[in-house]
Amino acid sequence: MSQIESVLTRFKDNQRQHLLPILQEIQSEMGYLPEEAITLVGRHLNLPTSKVYAVATFYDQFRFSPSAKYHFMLCNGTACHMKESEVVLQEIEKCLNIKAGQSTRDKLFRLEVTPCVGACGQSPVLKINDVFYPGITSKSVVELIEAIKLKEGKL
Amino acid sequence: MIFNINVNNKILKARKGDTILETLRKNGITVPTLCNMENFTPTGACRICVVEVESHDELVPSCSHPVEEWMKIKTHSPRVIRARRTIVELLLSSHPDDCLYCIRNKNCELQTLAEELGIRERRLPVVRMMKKKDPSSASIVRDPAKCILCGRCVRVCKEKIGISTFDFIGKGMKTIVGPTFNKNLNVSNCINCGQCIMVCPTGALHEKDAISAVSEALQDTEKHVVVQVSPTVSVSLAEEFNVKSGKELDGLLVATLRKMGFNKVFKSAFAADMMVMQIVEELLERLENQQNLPMFSADCPAFVKYMEEFHPELLPNLTTCKSPQQIMGSLVKHHYARNQKIKAENIFSVSLMPCTAKKFEARREEFTTKGISDVDAVLTTRELARLIRLFGLDIQQVAPELADSPFAVRSSAGKIVGTSGGVAEAVYRTLYYRLTGKQLVNFKVTQMRSNKSTRELFTKIGKQKIGIAAVNGLQNAMELISQIKAGRDDLHFIEVMACPGSCINGGGQPITQSQESLKARMKTLYDIDEKESIKASYKNPAVIELYGKYTGKEKDSFLEKLKTSYQGRDVLL
Repeated sequence: MSQIESVLTRFKDNQRQHLLPILQEIQSEMGYLPEEAITLVGRHLNLPTSKVYAVATFYDQFRFSPSAKYHFMLCNGTACHMKESEVVLQEIEKCLNIKAGQSTRDKLFRLEVTPCVGACGQSPVLKINDVFYPGITSKSVVELIEAIKLKEGKL
Repeated sequence: MIFNINVNNKILKARKGDTILETLRKNGITVPTLCNMENFTPTGACRICVVEVESHDELVPSCSHPVEEWMKIKTHSPRVIRARRTIVELLLSSHPDDCLYCIRNKNCELQTLAEELGIRERRLPVVRMMKKKDPSSASIVRDPAKCILCGRCVRVCKEKIGISTFDFIGKGMKTIVGPTFNKNLNVSNCINCGQCIMVCPTGALHEKDAISAVSEALQDTEKHVVVQVSPTVSVSLAEEFNVKSGKELDGLLVATLRKMGFNKVFKSAFAADMMVMQIVEELLERLENQQNLPMFSADCPAFVKYMEEFHPELLPNLTTCKSPQQIMGSLVKHHYARNQKIKAENIFSVSLMPCTAKKFEARREEFTTKGISDVDAVLTTRELARLIRLFGLDIQQVAPELADSPFAVRSSAGKIVGTSGGVAEAVYRTLYYRLTGKQLVNFKVTQMRSNKSTRELFTKIGKQKIGIAAVNGLQNAMELISQIKAGRDDLHFIEVMACPGSCINGGGQPITQSQESLKARMKTLYDIDEKESIKASYKNPAVIELYGKYTGKEKDSFLEKLKTSYQGRDVLL
């Protein structure tokens, strides 16, 4: 049984209120939502794929391509934006040579910009996988990336 | 309950449960709208319809706000006008400035609104997003750059058709309306009915243009250009030329087409008569063998594609008979070509249809032999009007002419197929004759002319019990199909038309139409049926003559050419 099917068996009553929990579980197991997931979930809940895809694309938490080992989520909520998260973004893009929404070719880094993550007091905030990095600056982010690269033997 | 409200300092009557917009419209006050559609759930997405209500701090969207007693409303106060103007200015700030080149120029709701609100300069900075046009479908072109995200296509596709091809993708500035995964329409579950075009306020959705192919063929002296006219086009075309809706243009249209250079003008209704006769023969066979019942009509290509996508197991229940367009196409490229000693590849066969899905149907591989399509180009009613204007012709200034033999004569049964219940009624008339050998005394089948979207008729012809149904609007057909899947077995023939109201409301009809014009078109079709003497397909003398030309093996192979096949489709549902 595929990972998607095993998630679906956990939601036996095919009620549409389960849509988000199902999508979340598939993503947490697979790291992203493959096209197959959208079609299978649609069939399971008796929803058109266009509706499932519409809901999934509405939320920034969902990804549609495989993620990387280090998943950068840079907050661009109002507070972070005012504290120049844009400058940090440009620095990361320069360092990793990718744009927001892309992954590096070696699948080590992925960069995304998200709306408010709810840590405005510590803005600007960068989240790498499940770890928060408060008060990030264009200088500290370079150090962070270099530390990871060193650890992974990519420097 | 009726109560009073104050609108623009005048007392008006309002009914409890109505929205503010409905109340205003009933009292003859016009409030502009964009996302609003009659008989659909309001979404309040565009905010163009805002009004000022005393004691409310914010402006209120009138389309979705219920009217309340002693409301004091201002519909055109400076504040309201300013808000509406800003909304339109914002829409324009990300809308391409190519009105002059747009297919909806002079017929665009956004353009009209900008004009009505007197927007004369660009006040806001221009925001342009790269949005790719999608020309992949044989019927419908999607141009997201012109989309204003009103969501009308999303709603019509969900609520009336039931397919939900479109939905909103993403959010905020980057939102677009598109099929699943924002893939191309040709790989989506779109059935090409074109109802989304009918509701689109701008040029974001339009039919795939075939005008240039047709006008090129008309200029080509090598080509013998043949055209077939759908029975529905001639009753709706008038509206494109500001003639009263429902006027039958039949002979005038034939004359105009000849002036444009078409070599022969044939009537699809002739082929519709043939289709009805084939359907009846097949139905009799199935009744005898008790096989593949109920039998579904298959002249609506949108419905056929729906069945191929959603119910492949029911495909044997579709009639194997081709649609009138394809029967005529096959007659032209085979029978007619041979008799006239013209090579099939030198014939350019054009079809005038009220439908966008017919464009897709003409491209189906079943209707191509050795690389030659039976129908080369399909023009919708709208495109036909454009072509007539392009040639500078005035359809009212010609003398009516008759269509060309051998495909000129039709019965009135072949004419009414354009309206819902028409095919079922035509089938009933011929079926009655074939089962009893007698003529009907009263040809009118009132059960098939009700205003319900699902119509049923249960009767006994001779010893045979017969159940016939007609459904328009695919959403309604889905219900019937699920009943049949659950074991319902009292029906033998079912006519399904994907568009609500059937072909007279097809996706290729004039955009400006109203409910009244649909009624007028239907009335014209029924009036013709009332007046004419040949009321059943089996009595069409031209069809009888054609069938008489073939005997024995030749006849078998001739009849075989009227058949087609279907196959399941693997698309994103």
